[in-house]
This record gives sequence, structure tokens and C-alpha cells, in this order.
Amino acid sequence: MTLSSAFRTGLRRSLLAVAVGTVVSGMTFSSAAVAQERELLNSSYDIARELFAAINPEFQAWWEEEHGEEIAISQSHGGSSAQARAIMQGLRADVVTFNQVTDVQALADAGLVAEDWQDAFENNASPYYSTTAFLVRKGNPKGIESWDDLVKEDVQMVFPNPKTSGNGRYTYLAAWGFAENEFDGDEEKIQDFMRTFLRNVAVFDTGGRGATTSFIERGIGDVLISFESEVNNIRSEYGSDDYEVIVPPVSILAEFPVAVVGENAERNGNSDLAQSYLEYLYSEDAQRQLAGFNYRVHNDTVVEEFADQFPDTELFEVENVFGSWEEAMENHFEGGALLDQLQRR
Amino acid sequence: MSQLAFWRSGSTRVLPGFGLSMGISVLFISLVLLLPITGLFGQLSELSLAEYFAIITEGRVVASYMVTIGAAAVAALVNAVFGLLLAWVLVRYEFPGKRLLDALMDLPFALPTAVAGITLATLYAGNGWVGNIIEPMGLQVAYTWVGIALAMAFTSIPFVVRTVQPVLEDLPAEVDEAAMSLGATDGVAFRRVIMPHLWPALVTGTGLAFVRSLGEFGAIIFIAGNMPYETEITALMIFVKLQEYDYAGASAIASVVLFVSLALLLAINIWQGRFVRRLHGGKG
Repeated sequence: MTLSSAFRTGLRRSLLAVAVGTVVSGMTFSSAAVAQERELLNSSYDIARELFAAINPEFQAWWEEEHGEEIAISQSHGGSSAQARAIMQGLRADVVTFNQVTDVQALADAGLVAEDWQDAFENNASPYYSTTAFLVRKGNPKGIESWDDLVKEDVQMVFPNPKTSGNGRYTYLAAWGFAENEFDGDEEKIQDFMRTFLRNVAVFDTGGRGATTSFIERGIGDVLISFESEVNNIRSEYGSDDYEVIVPPVSILAEFPVAVVGENAERNGNSDLAQSYLEYLYSEDAQRQLAGFNYRVHNDTVVEEFADQFPDTELFEVENVFGSWEEAMENHFEGGALLDQLQRR
Repeated sequence: MSQLAFWRSGSTRVLPGFGLSMGISVLFISLVLLLPITGLFGQLSELSLAEYFAIITEGRVVASYMVTIGAAAVAALVNAVFGLLLAWVLVRYEFPGKRLLDALMDLPFALPTAVAGITLATLYAGNGWVGNIIEPMGLQVAYTWVGIALAMAFTSIPFVVRTVQPVLEDLPAEVDEAAMSLGATDGVAFRRVIMPHLWPALVTGTGLAFVRSLGEFGAIIFIAGNMPYETEITALMIFVKLQEYDYAGASAIASVVLFVSLALLLAINIWQGRFVRRLHGGKG
């Protein structure tokens, strides 16, 4: 083998390794399984990596103290619809911690999660919540304070495609809910508002992280719309001098639902573990960590501690404006429904 | 020695008998190719014919065909020209770094396409290295269909280079010298002597590049902008349907891409067969 062909083979191999590595890491299983240890698999949404990397060791320590048993926790992250599909197709996750009610419901419809899952834990089985907020460039040059500022002619927005991203769906529903209130339910005016709103989108990325890249790295648009938690995290990561977070006076309540995947947990012998893992998310310690990641929480002590961090804002629920998630999906997001009609040319 | 035996044509075969090798081939093809396609059609059977046509002729989906086919055609043509040129340079000239360039040709195959897409978007966005030069000149690439074509061209260029290259290697430089010594000009030698040999490979390579572009997703999605009716590709439409748990709808659109690709590949194969026969005076 000549030197150059050796180099070539080497290059190819290393490139291949990079390719394979990237594909595999797309869905990470950061497992630290030691023989005989019980292992809990938490299937979660894409941007929760750091969050659960912080919470899991705390839970493990707590469990060991309470029960004298060492356990392992594995995480699987991906878009939450993709995660739900993976579980339907056999991924043996014990618990799900999603950012979309509809994705847990899809699992319930498939019989993998108890039908009354929303009653299994407090607060609609949503240990923490958030809302939809804006990230604007330094000094807020376009003066964006609320939803009606976004339909001005010279404003360009970036948020993920509601067709492919739950995050984007929240943005759409939040704007609709605002318009519904503003125009007193006048359907024609609401639709005009939404048409202009959608026309001011500069780029439709498929997911939240993609939208962040477009706004931050590519410098596209005047405002990025995402979860309040996410825009705060982005701001602290990319420089609090360059960006400002605006929480509109009215916005939508975004729940982060959790559920035990009953059948899997039973088969894995993890039912007790799964239940108490999710209950642990309501504990003061976990709630404090969640607040640290800019999620709004329910624990009164923690709420008071972090009061400055979360501006008062009027949050409406999907159920109040749209009837139910099911109806919202059917009337707005399905093929040929309102979103498609509003975007039609 | 065994290598020699392997290449020798005729009755000696190093691989075990026809039955076994064919059996394994068929099994393999069934597992990796036919079974998934069967699954696709299984999903399709949930739809009535009317529903099927309603899905595949929906305005936004049709717009995505236009964007995809248009951009893929441009990408394939650009690749035909530059792929031929690259293959030519790699075969006919010696220059420092030739091996490296040759190895680089496979990069689009090895690189995860999403990485390619993000890299291209970074370069061509308004604040990127290339973007901040060309955008003031009024040339916007990122988030337009030009960006889509660029991403397609990137991921499919190896098809042209790697199909043309071996044919060109079999065609020694003496051939053009002979043509020239018989009085042909450069242009004539290229048109009448070189091109007839290259045509089949070039068309195959371009066709493969085109078909590959039709299905590309990862590289494009980051540079396309994904605006409805303007820069949405068909693969995104399939992705959208999947996100909605609409497997049948996704399969319906996927089947259109599949049929178009299959038809094209078949057409290329038939055309190539005819061409080769004509080249060999109808006897081949």
C-alpha cells in the first residue's frame, strides 16, 4: 500500500467514522449500565439534554438514600413526535418527559400510556411549564413588545415550522389566541391578522434549534419566537449584551407533560422507579433546578425565590381558546386545515 | 493468484455455485430493498384512489414538486458540466495534490448531509463568507431555490465524476493525438472522438445525480428557508406528513418520488443499452 493510498483509505475511514458517529449521536443513549443495576430509560424532547443531565444524578442520589439501591438512568432525546413514534415502534422507554401534550396523547391513543394520564400527576401531569416569548436584538430596534407589533410591515420573524415543530405550533396558537382576544372573535379579522403574521416569517426551520441558528448565527430576522425557557437560555449562552428577552403581556401556557409508559415499565420491572422519578420532578429540589433552566414551576417556595426571573403575564390555555388539543390539531394543523389555508397563495 | 482467478472470465468461478450466490443476493435485496418498499405500499393501501390523488395533487405538494424537480435539474446540469471537467482534470493531468483532490471527490458521500447543509448555509447566508460578498451584488443564494440547487449539486457531484472517470481512464491520450494527426481540430476531436465514448457514462452519472437530488433532505433543509410554495421540497412534505402521524399521506407522496426515480433510472438504462448497441454497429 503506497503512502497516498494509505492516506486515502485512512481519510475515507475517518470520514465514515464521523458520518456514523453523527447518525448514532442523533439519538443519544448516554447509558452507564453496570451489570445487575436497574436502568430507567427516559425518552425526552430534543432540548432537554442539559436539564436531565442535571436532574438525573440528584434523583439517583435521592433514590439510593431512600432505598439503598443504585440505579442507572438513560436518556434518549429527539423531536418529541419522533420520540413518540419510536416508542410506538418498540423503543422500551419507561417514562416520557415531552414538550407536547399531543405526543403523550398519541401514546395514550396507541394504548401505551394510561388513558387518564393527565390525572396521574398534579397540574395536568405537567411538573413545569413555560410560555412563548420573544428574543430581539440589542436595544429592541423595532420596538417589539407584543403580538400586534409582529404584523408590522418591516418586522421579520423566525420561528420553527408549525407543521414540523411543536414549538412552532405554540407560536401559531399564541398569536391566534391573542388575535381572538383582540378582535373579539371576529373570524375574518383574526384570519387577516394571522395571514400577515405568517407572511412576516423570514425562514421556516424544521425545529427550535434550527430557528435559533438562523436567528443567531445567520443574523436573520428581527425577532426569534420560542419557549420562554429557551429564549432565556439562548440569551445567557450567546451574550446578554446582544439580545433582549421580551415576554408579551398575553401568551399561551405551554405544558411539559410527563407519563409512565405503563407496559414498558412493567416489563422492565421499573414501575415503582418510573412513578417516583416523575414524582421527584415535583420536589422542591427538582423544581429549583427546573427554575434554574428558566422553566416556570409550581412549588410556592421556589416560585417566590425566582419571582424576578418570570415577569407577570396572562397565560391562556389551549383548552380555553381552542376547545382541546384535538380540536386545535384538527382545525388548524391537519392537511388542508386553517394553517394550510392561511399560507395558500 | 486467487485474485487473478477472480477476474478471469469463463467457466471458473471463485464464488460458490449459482444457486447459493443468487439465493443470497435475492435474500439480501429482499431484506434491504423490497421489504421496505412493500411496507410503503402497505401503508398506501389504507387510501382510496381518490384520497391518494387528492394528497399527491394538493397545491402545496405540487409546488414542492416544481421546486424539487427544477432545482434538481439545474443541479444535475451544472454537475454534468463541472463533473466532466473534474474527471478530465483528474485523469488527464498530473499535478501536486491530485490524490487529495481525488479523495475529496468522495467527501459529499462521506459527510453527513446535514453537516453539508449547515456548512453551506453558514457560508452563503447574508453574514457568511460568501454571502456577504454576493448579497450586496443582489445575488441571494441561501434561503432561495438557488441554495436548494447548490445543496443538491454538492451532494450529487460524485455520481458524475465517479461514473465518467473510469471511462476516461480507458481512453488514452493517444486517441486524441491520433485524431489530431489525422487532421481533426481540438473541437472536432472532442466532439467526434471523445464524447461518443463518454456520453453513456455522462448521462448515467447525470441521471443518478438528478435522482439522488430528488430525494435529498438533510443538506437542503438548512439552506432552503422552507417557505410554503416557494422553497419547500418534496422530502419536506413527506416529513411534515410523518410529523402529523399521517403515514399513509407520507407514503403517497413518497410513492410519487419513487415512481419518478424508478422511471428515470429505467429510462437511462434502456437508453444506455440502445446507445451502446449503436456504438458497436448494432451487434453489441
